[in-house]
Amino acid sequence: MEYFVQQLINGITLGSIYGLIAIGYTMVYGIIGMINFAHGDIFMVGAFLSLIAFLVLVAFGITAVPLALLIVLLVSMALTALYGWTVERIAYRPLRHSFRLAPLISAIGMSIVLQNYVQIAQGARVKPLPPLVQGGYTLFEGNNFAVRLSNIQIIVVVSTILLMAGFSYVVARTRLGRNMRACEQDLKMAALVGINVDRTISLTFVIGAALAAVAGLMFLLYYGVVDFFIGFLAGVKAFTAAVLGGIGSLPGAMIGGILIGLIETMWSAYFSIEYKDVAAFAILIIVLIFLPTGLLGRPEVEKV
Amino acid sequence: MSDPSPTPSADHPAGERDDLLAALKEAVVAAAIAFGLFALLIGIRTEQGPSGALVIVTRFGALAGFVAAAFVGRFIFAIARHRFTVPANFIVLPAIRKSAAAFSPYFALALLIFALLVPILFYRNNYLLDLAILIVTYIMLGFGLNIVVGLAGLLDLGYVAFYAVGAYSYALIAQDFGLSFWVCLPLAGIFAAFAGLLLGFPVLRLRGDYLAIVTLGFGEIIRLVLLNWQNLTGGPNGISGIPRPSFFGLPFNSSAHGFAATFGLHYSPTHRVVFLYYLILALALVTNWVTLRLRRLPIGRAWEALREDEIACRALGINTTTTKLTAFAMGAMFGGFAGAFFATRQSFISPESFTFSESALVLAIVVLGGMGSQLGVVLAATVMLGGFELFREFDQYRMLVFGAAMVAIVIYRPRGLVATRTPSVSLRQRKDIPADIVRGARTESPA
Repeated sequence: MEYFVQQLINGITLGSIYGLIAIGYTMVYGIIGMINFAHGDIFMVGAFLSLIAFLVLVAFGITAVPLALLIVLLVSMALTALYGWTVERIAYRPLRHSFRLAPLISAIGMSIVLQNYVQIAQGARVKPLPPLVQGGYTLFEGNNFAVRLSNIQIIVVVSTILLMAGFSYVVARTRLGRNMRACEQDLKMAALVGINVDRTISLTFVIGAALAAVAGLMFLLYYGVVDFFIGFLAGVKAFTAAVLGGIGSLPGAMIGGILIGLIETMWSAYFSIEYKDVAAFAILIIVLIFLPTGLLGRPEVEKV
Repeated sequence: MSDPSPTPSADHPAGERDDLLAALKEAVVAAAIAFGLFALLIGIRTEQGPSGALVIVTRFGALAGFVAAAFVGRFIFAIARHRFTVPANFIVLPAIRKSAAAFSPYFALALLIFALLVPILFYRNNYLLDLAILIVTYIMLGFGLNIVVGLAGLLDLGYVAFYAVGAYSYALIAQDFGLSFWVCLPLAGIFAAFAGLLLGFPVLRLRGDYLAIVTLGFGEIIRLVLLNWQNLTGGPNGISGIPRPSFFGLPFNSSAHGFAATFGLHYSPTHRVVFLYYLILALALVTNWVTLRLRRLPIGRAWEALREDEIACRALGINTTTTKLTAFAMGAMFGGFAGAFFATRQSFISPESFTFSESALVLAIVVLGGMGSQLGVVLAATVMLGGFELFREFDQYRMLVFGAAMVAIVIYRPRGLVATRTPSVSLRQRKDIPADIVRGARTESPA
């Protein structure tokens, strides 16, 4: 029981990170109907930018952890958003009216570029960071097993909830959110009623990348290591989360993320840790076959 | 970063000065963006310090170089765009393209003759022979994937899985049952084809991007299973000592029953290399021939129809289920043959050889070559792998260039480098209403 509760806590923390990345996939797919294959690598870039920004702050003598974290968060979000914007501008916008698979192939190329760019610029070795946020609470004990909730887990979950709330507000209440929803329903009609479609799509990429940057920072804090290859697996799992929750649906992305996090953690805890990635891929395949609209998604109608 | 303000001379017309100012503005924006992108990742490098903790090393010179390059590049580009208008079909004129299409059968024939002569021309150069074998292996993989992607239009990101299934089936059957290469080869193909069917059934209802992601997942599952199923596959250590191929029962060694002794030749290890080369060349040619023949059969026509429009296909009474499954099985079978060849050539295989980047490489060969074009696959594989070898010193940059090339080709030559086989009837472009119309004049991107 205690073991289970501990795994539950770990799973929700991991799932929050996946959920943040999944939002980027789900928004982009909702609007332009393409899988942004490079999004996992944007997350990786965000993690690296956080790491470097933090080291720079240390070099400048800013070591108060809350202040440093806040600055790192803002810097990383801004610069990762710039990466998201640039990728969209270079690799996807020229293909808006190309054949169906063109953006996906371009996205794969972009993913390879980002991975190798970071590998060349920063080296292939894993980058360790000493734990910044320590301590936590022991919730309860029993059977020689203490269920612990660490401060970092609290930070991850709370900031995810805050970001989700803020982002839901943006989508539901602001002009930008309304434009995004209009584009999601029908790009042509949105253009006809005077929405700047290109700008809306760009901003979607920017927001998705900023959220991925937060996920990158959380990943860095939670695991304490990053390398240039983390984007691939995290990206596929986050995409699975987006599909599981129903592509195009924001609460769905979050629920999907937490479910994937829980499944992965429980699978590692009770079955085999070697096959945990197989579990994630298998869920993706099973969901796409039996529940292609996901938990909260709308069915996609194919028109001629 | 310095941007000297232009000194507009009196004799320049006002329009030209505006152009210059606009170009300068664009260049400054580009430089600012480049600074934002590269400031942390290029300007600062994290290194493992003596105590094990990370320390930062600054590289402001490199950063300045990148920013300056962005500034100058954008400036020149903007000036050029304002001053000159590029003709629409600037890259290849239609006349040249037409004559190239007429010329291509002769070119293919010349290429074939050259391929047949390679071992004779480069008999003394083992390095080149090995490279040639590698290139032809990828040509064969490209042909196989071309059936799935180029003909049937099903984007498969897990093609390497079938390569792996073929290689491991060959290795396990040859080692555990002692069967010869010529018995194992078809078996490996059959196993891979079954793997293709296994993948094909669940993805029948999926289209486009979803299909791509599922095939990616399938490829990774196969790799992870190979990595973790220690008893059967040896896990990360792989399988070594896979039997070498023999010349119809005559082994390539210096024994009295060996190939050299039987034909009264001096024993030379090059005999095996030459044999391997002709073997893979024959396999690739068979793949090519089968593909070309299949195209003329109803099934091939159905594949191409499926690529163009699935709904129309169904309306015309084409059974999309069998059409998709045969495409997957066919492509997988040839991948399996190539895998078996890979196993016998290397005599050692491990899951390391079957990662996603292999799939991406083969896919890039098909895409760059022009989806559906056999000659394009040959050229793309030769250029790409030859290029990799040529720039071996720049090892770490080659994947970067490769990724960038993939993006550039899709943007500038979406039908590939050799687009001789364009469909006979097609809409060149979807007639959407571009946002530009509503927005008025085409403005620059919002920052």
